[in-house]
Amino acid sequence: MYWEPDKECLDREELEQIQIERLQSTLTRVYQHVPFYRKKFNALGFSPEDVGSLADLGRLPFTTKADLRENYPYGLFAVPMREVVRVHASSGTTGLATVVGYTRNDIRMWSNLVARVLTAGGVTKDDVVQIAFGYGLFTGAFGIHYGAERIGASVIPASSGNTARQIQIMRDFKTTALVSTPSYALLVGDTLQEMGIPASALSLRYGLFGAEPWSDAMRREIEGKLGIVATDNYGLSEVIGPGVSGECLERQGLHINEDHFLVEVIHPETLQPVAPGEEGELVITTLTKEAFPMIRYRTRDLTRLLPGTCPCGRTGRRMSRVTGRTDDMLIIKGVNVFPSQIEHILFEIEGTEPHYQIVVDRKGAMDEATVLVEVEESIFFDQMRRQKEMMDRIQKRLAHELGVHVDVRLVEPKTLARSEGKARRVIDNRKL
Amino acid sequence: MLRIKNLESGYGRLKVLKKVTMHIRSGEIVTIIGANGAGKTSLLKTIAGLLPARSGEILFDTKDIGNLPPEKVVFRGCSLVPEGRQVFAPMTVRENILLGAYTQYRNGKGGAVRDDIERVYGIFPRLRERERQLAGTLSGGEQQMLAIARALMARPKLIMMDEPSMGLAPLVIRDIFAVITRLRKEGGTVLLVEQNARAALGIADRGYVLETGRIIMEGEAEELLSNREVQRAYLGRDLDAEGKM
Repeated sequence: MYWEPDKECLDREELEQIQIERLQSTLTRVYQHVPFYRKKFNALGFSPEDVGSLADLGRLPFTTKADLRENYPYGLFAVPMREVVRVHASSGTTGLATVVGYTRNDIRMWSNLVARVLTAGGVTKDDVVQIAFGYGLFTGAFGIHYGAERIGASVIPASSGNTARQIQIMRDFKTTALVSTPSYALLVGDTLQEMGIPASALSLRYGLFGAEPWSDAMRREIEGKLGIVATDNYGLSEVIGPGVSGECLERQGLHINEDHFLVEVIHPETLQPVAPGEEGELVITTLTKEAFPMIRYRTRDLTRLLPGTCPCGRTGRRMSRVTGRTDDMLIIKGVNVFPSQIEHILFEIEGTEPHYQIVVDRKGAMDEATVLVEVEESIFFDQMRRQKEMMDRIQKRLAHELGVHVDVRLVEPKTLARSEGKARRVIDNRKL
Repeated sequence: MLRIKNLESGYGRLKVLKKVTMHIRSGEIVTIIGANGAGKTSLLKTIAGLLPARSGEILFDTKDIGNLPPEKVVFRGCSLVPEGRQVFAPMTVRENILLGAYTQYRNGKGGAVRDDIERVYGIFPRLRERERQLAGTLSGGEQQMLAIARALMARPKLIMMDEPSMGLAPLVIRDIFAVITRLRKEGGTVLLVEQNARAALGIADRGYVLETGRIIMEGEAEELLSNREVQRAYLGRDLDAEGKM
């Protein structure tokens, strides 16, 4: 089953023709409308007219998360705000957030791409799709929502959390497809067992999971516990949100929507392209976005492009599951968290020492993050009440600004291990 | 069917087309919209062989037709309906139509010409009525029909039209555009250059926006119609003024 067969199964030659056409017009537009790119291109003595083939892309500069932050909030938009019909943002303190925008055409295109991914994962207009991503500034929930509606499926915007209620909805509303993070799907499976409900009591058939790395072992566990076929899909808000790529039912890699996104895989240090099929950092250039085009965005996600073609007939190249990051970003319950954000918050709270450690564990299915903070001796020898107050305060700020709950523990000064040079800020005990 | 990559051409020292890349699939109506002087006519002329390509490639049915003489391009199956009709005024309508069939005679298919004339008369009954009239006495709309009919006589796989609506009354424009849609329905492929962007996008599958010799946008007709920049620049909608009302 395809959503747009004529576009998903293009022959390579035609696809490359479309890619170069779109690359040339995108570069011309960003040069005209986004001062950031114009300056960067001018500094390199580069004109959009110099691009005659896809290989010329390598001469362009990369765009990074730092560029997005420096141009907060609207600096990289290529259209005036009156043409923007939607704004999303990534998590983070105000100064660190990255803001992305969509025109009416962008929303239509995005919905279509998500519809492709959902269709590839087995969803049809007859499905009842329960979306257990948090609705809000994140792109995940709304992206999937519009795509599922586009297909004509019945969409349940359940949002995240309250697992018992999610299960009740699943049972009563006869949900056939679950969209969530893979770890949340596992939690649903475990909760079902605790509640004594067999998977057969539900109508679930498909699960479409994304927003965090997972493994085939986890896939088998989810499939067993929920009685579904589970597929992986990938996207990031800086590029568009979900809809960049997704597995078909063959489940041999994620088909990239190459008529809308140009991908490269580079070595994260040399920044040179890796040999075909080798693992490296994914770099994406958008080819059709109007409001927020991205030129050579460094995703920091590690993957590789798979050789050969897929039996499903789609011609879009496939990427392997994302296996990790090239920066220190943590994904906790599907939410992106940078240690620097936590540091920034702690720095602003009086009484904390500049030493902290983030410990991430997976208890059962769910991620649990704990921040250990060294506090001034005076607080430690003080009454319990003051300690409790301080813990609550830090916890609230973190939850508020990170968008995900983390535990806080106060420790005495000089209890956290210091090594020469770089402190070990993050201890990630999760195993995929 | 047609695949153009990094095409450049111009007049003298003036570069009019700058690395234009575009394509047309068989059975599509594709429109090029853009302001006066953007390079729309130059693009069609370069494809038709009337203006030399300085660099880049023009593949027609996977074969390079860049810098073929114009008559060879017609033989390959690519015909141009030129801007301003360019009918032969002192000749009759029928003679004008027959001139378009020269490729058929050369190919030894002269016998089929009678059927072809019947076909174009079927599409344009007005031309049959005026068969013996001098082309110069026709109205603007009728001359446009004649120019299209003449091009069709070569049985083109791709027909390129340069501003077919220029100077015509709205009702006549509607007729001409209905013919373009019909050609596609009968298996034809059309590359349409128009200043009347709204009408062109109304019947096209896809479009390209050409600005000072560069393609600045491409997309499905529906997308271009709802793009605000296209609306402001080419569809004559002043959104700011509308907002204030």
